[in-house]
Amino acid sequence: MRRGISAVAMAAAIVLGATACGGSSDNKSTGDAAKDPAGVSGDITYWDTSDATNEAPVYQSLIKDFMAKYPKIKVKYVNVPFSDVENKFKTAAQSGKGAPDVVRADVGLIPEYASNHYIAPLDGTAALKDTGDFTQGPLNTTKYEGKTYGVPSVTDTLGLLYNKELFAKAGITKPPTTWDEFISVSKTIKDKTGVTGTYVNPDTYFLMPLLFGEGTDLADAAAKKITINSPEAVKAVTKAKEIYDTSSAKVDFASAYDNMQTSFKNGKVAMLIQGPWSVSDDISGSAFKGKESNLGYAPVPAGSTGKPQAPTGGHDLAVYQGSKNLDASYLFTEFMTSSASQVTIATKTGTLPTRTSAYTPAVTADPKIAGFKSIMDTARPRVALAQVGSLFTPLQQQYVKILQGQVSVQAGLDAAASEFATLLPGFTK
Amino acid sequence: MTTATIDRQSRGTAPRAGLMTSFKRSWDKHWYAWAMVAPVVIVIGVLVLYPLGYGAYLSFTNANEMTVAKNIGPVHIPASYDIVGFDNYWKIISGQDGDFYPRLIWTVTWTVTCVAFTYAIGMGMALLLNRPVRFRLFYRLSLILPWAIPAFVSVFAWRLMLNSQYGVFNSMITQVGLPAQDWLGTPFAQKVAVIMVNVWAGVPFMMVALLGGMQSVPQELYEAAEMDGASPWQRFLNITLPGLRPVSNTVILLGVIWTFNMFPIIFLLLGQNNSGDTDILVTYAYRKAFTGVSDYSGAASYGMVILAILLVFSTFYRRYQAKTEQA
Repeated sequence: MRRGISAVAMAAAIVLGATACGGSSDNKSTGDAAKDPAGVSGDITYWDTSDATNEAPVYQSLIKDFMAKYPKIKVKYVNVPFSDVENKFKTAAQSGKGAPDVVRADVGLIPEYASNHYIAPLDGTAALKDTGDFTQGPLNTTKYEGKTYGVPSVTDTLGLLYNKELFAKAGITKPPTTWDEFISVSKTIKDKTGVTGTYVNPDTYFLMPLLFGEGTDLADAAAKKITINSPEAVKAVTKAKEIYDTSSAKVDFASAYDNMQTSFKNGKVAMLIQGPWSVSDDISGSAFKGKESNLGYAPVPAGSTGKPQAPTGGHDLAVYQGSKNLDASYLFTEFMTSSASQVTIATKTGTLPTRTSAYTPAVTADPKIAGFKSIMDTARPRVALAQVGSLFTPLQQQYVKILQGQVSVQAGLDAAASEFATLLPGFTK
Repeated sequence: MTTATIDRQSRGTAPRAGLMTSFKRSWDKHWYAWAMVAPVVIVIGVLVLYPLGYGAYLSFTNANEMTVAKNIGPVHIPASYDIVGFDNYWKIISGQDGDFYPRLIWTVTWTVTCVAFTYAIGMGMALLLNRPVRFRLFYRLSLILPWAIPAFVSVFAWRLMLNSQYGVFNSMITQVGLPAQDWLGTPFAQKVAVIMVNVWAGVPFMMVALLGGMQSVPQELYEAAEMDGASPWQRFLNITLPGLRPVSNTVILLGVIWTFNMFPIIFLLLGQNNSGDTDILVTYAYRKAFTGVSDYSGAASYGMVILAILLVFSTFYRRYQAKTEQA
């Protein structure tokens, strides 16, 4: 019998040994960060989603500066690919294991993270400082149900990028301001130079300027109404289909983004609806290399409302609600979004700052930042719904079918709307 | 003989031991064996049984990311989802969700086509390599290569090659005057492309397994058949194929299960801008669970349905196999 007992003990030891691994934690929060920032100590992890080769070194050097300023705080930098971060963060945040303390979140993800309580409200913490200095568009993206859940770090929007040389060759003096003009300009360019007008990106994010141009969106959060199959949306998508049919190069749906970029930067298409993130790639191509002034910037064309509008993009920094070192996380967030840090980020990476004071002459000397700064006035936030990420999948599938001509615009959008209805309980069609 | 009889008699007459007693006795006798299997049982329990049981439980609820319990820092929110019984399954089986049957039909088409092609091509290659050829080792090694490359690497390589504007296939066929193709454009073209890539990736396994099977077929049978004047085709039909039956049965079963759940090729080859027509059941379930607000219950019920389909298939296949082996 004694041998039996020892076997039980052995099995118990294995079980306990396996479970004990997950238990350790160092829970030390030293006072209020706002009152005594220098006294805050601890280890925090930061998940960055910036471009790993071009942008990450700038963020890493800023982290070194932060640790020099707060020697008691140690920051672990982790670069997570932008396409993976949503699922990785949500999984980690839910289980509490391996979650970062501070995460860089696309502005569109804030409502989803906030509604699930993954990220902490920041009002009244050390993370938010000089909020009056932030430009309104980016600041609006951090709000969810009246609270602030993020601090704007960088911003962007979609604009119309065009090849000035091709425009001059075709005798066009100014970029198109409406979608109808966009189509006629494409035709002129095709006739006079043989170059195709544009390359339609079949990703639904690039459909937003058309929807906004008709004054509509995926849904109306205030009225609890799905608007994706409204007459305005049908009009917008019909226009998108017309552009695809008349003005676009042949779209390779599996590699649309890469082919679009390659075509534009090598002068095979004349115009693109694109964001500032693409410019450094554009100027590496034969059409713009060594002649960066050939790249023109304009607001997206307007729809029948007459007002050009594009979605506010960019990234906010958010703090994980379950962080063991909230104070250190707040200080880190504040540091990384301060005016000085934003100037460094902007001058070294060419992304647009979110603070008015960060648009120093040195920053606006960058033609890309200068080009998009004026376009930023056309940016408007997307509908702030927790489910907005889920909505893109059915819309994407229908949009592809519409562009390929498998379904009519109305039928496709109706199908998307019924899928929306199952994802948005309480919303009317 | 006598001892055995005595044993049986004495066991028969002894009073029936209670469950606890017999368990205790077996424990006393075999505790060592139990201790040895304990780590495996625990690991399987943690890694397989617990997730499986939890998945089954979720499939009877309407849990999603918004309604599960949350304990994050200062926030403690109890779960707000309900048990809905067979509601999820009913939605799937009755075709109410509108996606199950189209996805199932395509999944079955995809599985049958892929397994048929990989098996046939693998068999052909194994036959070629089973004969004395020069550089046989080199051929064998190089044909295994697709299998050795991680799926996502080869899938991205294929995606580059199939690019309609800058891919190598189109530049080759336009060189000889044929029109450029949109390999990954329409849903039909996408289906052909994913099957092609999967066949390419799946052939080496079939080839290696069948080659191994062929080498275990006794050489004397071929010699005897040759003596009797059997043609090569007759030898293949009457010696190679029956000799390969145990191997074939196993690789086809494995091929079906793997292809049915082949995630990376479909998910990665086509990117995100597609109409969803090429989604098989697993990629569809993945999209349910991992885009936007996670639909845990929906994805879990799809997972259980996939498991059920494969279980039913395996059972019948094994039964059929046992029957043919007896015959």
